[in-house]
Amino acid sequence: MSPTSGEWTADEMMTIAAARRLTDGTACFVGIGLPSTAANLARRTHAPGLTLIYESGTIGAKPGRLPLSIGDGILAETADTVVSVPEIFNYWLQPGRIGVGFLGAAQIDRYGNINTTVIGDYADPKVRLPGAGGAPEIAASCGEVIVIVRQSRRAFVDRVDFVTSVGFGAGSGDRERLGLRGRGPRTVITDLGVLAPDPDTAELRVTHLHPGVTLEAAREATGWPLAAAPGLETTPAPTEAELRELRALVAATPGREGS
Amino acid sequence: MAEVVPLSDAIERLVHDGDCVALEGFTHLIPFAAAHEIIRQGRTGLTLVRMTPDLIYDQLIGMGCAAKLVFSWGGNPGVGSLHRFRDAVREGTLHLEEHSHAGMANAYVAGASGLPFAVLRGYRGTDLPTVTDTIKPITCPFTGEELTAVPAINPDTGIVHAQRADRAGNVQLWGITGVQKEVVLASRRSLVTVEEVVDTLDPVPGAVVIPSWVVDYVAVAPGGSHPSYTQGYSVRDNAFYSAWDAISRDREKFLAWMSENVLEGSR
Repeated sequence: MSPTSGEWTADEMMTIAAARRLTDGTACFVGIGLPSTAANLARRTHAPGLTLIYESGTIGAKPGRLPLSIGDGILAETADTVVSVPEIFNYWLQPGRIGVGFLGAAQIDRYGNINTTVIGDYADPKVRLPGAGGAPEIAASCGEVIVIVRQSRRAFVDRVDFVTSVGFGAGSGDRERLGLRGRGPRTVITDLGVLAPDPDTAELRVTHLHPGVTLEAAREATGWPLAAAPGLETTPAPTEAELRELRALVAATPGREGS
Repeated sequence: MAEVVPLSDAIERLVHDGDCVALEGFTHLIPFAAAHEIIRQGRTGLTLVRMTPDLIYDQLIGMGCAAKLVFSWGGNPGVGSLHRFRDAVREGTLHLEEHSHAGMANAYVAGASGLPFAVLRGYRGTDLPTVTDTIKPITCPFTGEELTAVPAINPDTGIVHAQRADRAGNVQLWGITGVQKEVVLASRRSLVTVEEVVDTLDPVPGAVVIPSWVVDYVAVAPGGSHPSYTQGYSVRDNAFYSAWDAISRDREKFLAWMSENVLEGSR
């Protein structure tokens, strides 16, 4: 069970906070799971002109429920167009046509680097994760990246075991040195709050705490000494309209109990 | 010219122990019937290539068909892990060659294009080049920019599922087309399983036609993409994807399921 705070769950708060970050009129490359839930919520609330792009090649998908995978038939049926997988990566992602990349993570570190490959040593892993998929190039080429991930010491580590997708590398200036064209993970949304890179060091620090969450709790769930940004804010609570839309979206999706 | 033959004949002629075989289909049009025939024929030592080695490769790996896997994302989409795949990794019985989707897609494009390698703006700064020796830096001869090269994928046999073919073996498919065309063109030999063979292929908006003369065999396999789906013919069996987690978690339970549903299944 997700922890509850008032009349919404922490997962709902996280999903709504993520949806709010998506601006109407942008094109968003969406990963399955929490990113897909938040992106679909945004399209159904404040951002009806959000273009959802999935790596299966569907551009402008407008599903009436949450897709159950990145290749769910409902994405193709409701898309503006469907293109091949080489085309989605080469023509649409690589040149930087997509404003926002929206990713999940198994591990994320203080510089926003993401691991979805292995926990532990690659040759003898403690946990074998699915791997890269589209994420490395999404993280490199989208205008900016939003990461959505539940905050815990297991996920928020000082240094990821494997860099599947680059955030800010070893710190400020690394993206430029590597020739990565996008601005990297500007926003990390969790069930506790929102993090953003320090403008000088690129280290992730907390900018918002969700209602009822303390800075101590956020620090407790982070594997590096978590700094707070000046003027640390509280995330506005979910509105009734946001909760209604999110719950309707989940209810319309068979076999989905959460996000 | 493609020859229309029974599925078991096609697999017998095309897939041999130790071959490199790619079965593609990006969530949509996954050739499960063909994979089950490979399992029934007991092939071993295969190098299996596939961007998303989901349930179809969990089954092939769990049944001992694979020696090596070339892939970019290995999970049960929307559900979780592939347990037979994870077990094989843990036991060290499966050699991995791991890429990103963009790397694999481009490697297929190079294969289809008759080029030795593909170049992309990818992988830089990630740890993937440290574990996969088929990812190398390359310098643009015009601008000096550092990019990434991946070698072409040219499987011995490429296998895909499609909606339909005509009697001459021209194949038509539509919906999410993934790397279907690329893998057929990149492979030395190919098999397309289809829902049906028709007299004439009626035009469909957005459909891809793969002409008969680049396909070796067409085999009729109605429902051959189950539990994935075939746009216009069947829907994805999401309940099966969820159920697979419990079936595959335990090796004995997995083997019992495969024995009952695949080995003794209809040919």
